[in-house]
Amino acid sequence: MDIPVSEVKKELEARLPDVKLRAVGNSLLVENPDDLPRVALFLKENPKFLLDYLSSVTGADYLSYLESVYHLYSMAKKHGPVALRVRVPKNKARIPSLVTVYRSAELQEREAYDTFGIIYEEHPDLRRLFMWEDFEGHPLRKDYAQEDSETLEAADIAWLEARGVEVPPEMKEKAKALEAAGQRAVAQKPEKPRN
Amino acid sequence: MTFTKNKSTSDPRLRGELAKKGVVWTSLDFLYNWGRRSSIWPMQFGLACCAFEMIAAACARYDIARFGAELFRASPRQADLMIISGTVTKKMAPQVVRLYNQMPEPKYVLTMGACAISGGPFIDGYNVLRGIDRYIPVDVHIPGCPPRPEALLHGLMELQKKIAAQEILKAEWYQKGLKREFPIPEYGPNGLIPKFNPEVWRPPQKDARRIHYGQTILVGKKLKAPDLELALAPKPAAPGAVA
Repeated sequence: MDIPVSEVKKELEARLPDVKLRAVGNSLLVENPDDLPRVALFLKENPKFLLDYLSSVTGADYLSYLESVYHLYSMAKKHGPVALRVRVPKNKARIPSLVTVYRSAELQEREAYDTFGIIYEEHPDLRRLFMWEDFEGHPLRKDYAQEDSETLEAADIAWLEARGVEVPPEMKEKAKALEAAGQRAVAQKPEKPRN
Repeated sequence: MTFTKNKSTSDPRLRGELAKKGVVWTSLDFLYNWGRRSSIWPMQFGLACCAFEMIAAACARYDIARFGAELFRASPRQADLMIISGTVTKKMAPQVVRLYNQMPEPKYVLTMGACAISGGPFIDGYNVLRGIDRYIPVDVHIPGCPPRPEALLHGLMELQKKIAAQEILKAEWYQKGLKREFPIPEYGPNGLIPKFNPEVWRPPQKDARRIHYGQTILVGKKLKAPDLELALAPKPAAPGAVA
C-alpha cells in the first residue's frame, strides 16, 4: 500500500516547520542533509506512519551532486515505501548517519561509502564493505578511472620480477614509458556508448 | 582440443583375440590412465551461479558419478580437479590461486561459464577478474551462461580424453624442475598486483572486441545526468481522459 507523498509532506511541515522539503516525483527531497535524522525519527515514531523499517540506502552520482536515497516501510501498518532523498555536493559529501534511528542502515551506509565516497557522519564503523582497505577511489562514481587490465605497470613488473617471473621486454618498455610520463594505465572509455 | 594419441605397439586385434581367451594384455599407460580418469575427484567449492549447475550435475538426474567424479573433496589436498564455477572477483582471485597451489600433482583446472573464462557479462566491471587463466593454467573451458549439466559432463569427458592421452614417462609432474606453484596476486590500490602473470597468459595481439564492436569498453563516458525534476514530474492527463 502506497502512502501519497503529499500527505507525508503535509504532516512533516505541520510538525517540523523549520525543515525544508520538496516533492520530487513520488519521493521527498530533504533540502538540508542535517535535518535527515530528525525527519526519519519523526516518520518512525509518528503513530500515523510508523515507518519502522529502513529497506535500503542507495547512493547515486548525478555528476554535479551525489544523492542518497532512503526507502522506508512500515511493518506495523503494512504500508510503504516512503522515499527520502538527500543531495550533497561532490567535494563535501557528508550526510548525518541514520544508524542512531535505524540499526539496519549500518551496512547499507558502508556500501554507499565504499562505492560513492559519501561520508556518513557519526557512523559507528565506517569502513569499506566490498573492496579491500587499501583500495583507492570510489568505483561507482562516474569519474572513476578504471585500470586497464591488459597493460602491466611498473609496480606489477617489480612484483613479478621479485618472484622470479620473466616479463617480456615490450611489456617492460610500456611500463617504463608510463612511469616516465607519470601516468597510470587507465581503460579508455569511448565518448559514446555502443547503443 | 588437440592432444597426441597414446601409442601402443600391441595390435588391438590380437588384444581382442586374447581377451576372448581370458588373457588381458594391456600397456601400463592405459591401465594407469584408466584408473586416473575414472576417479577424478573435484574440489568442493563454488563461486557463483554456475555452482548450482555443478550441484545439479552431481545430483541423481545428471549423476556425475557415472564418470567417477562424484567425490567432491572439501580439501584441496585430496582433489584432482578444480572446477572454477562462476565469476572470479578480484577479491576472491588470490584465494583461488592459493587453493590451486595447495592441490597435489597431477592437477587439472576446468573453467565453467563465461565469467570464469573471460569475465563474461561483467568484463567491464571494476571488481571482476577477466578470466582465471590470467593466473593459473586451465585445461578445459566450458562456455555457457551458465553451462547446462550436460555441458559440464562433456567438459569432464574432454578432460578424461586428455588424461587418457598422457604418458607416464613424459608426464610433466614426474619431470625434474617442474614449476607449478604460481605467485598469488595481492590487493593493490586500483586492482590486483600483478594484473596477470605473463608466464601463464599474455594479452591477445588482436583486440577482438574492438574488431567486432569498434570499441573495447562498451559503456560510454557519462557526460549528462538525467534531470530528476523533469523525469519524475507527474504527466499531464491526456485530453478526453476520464478522471
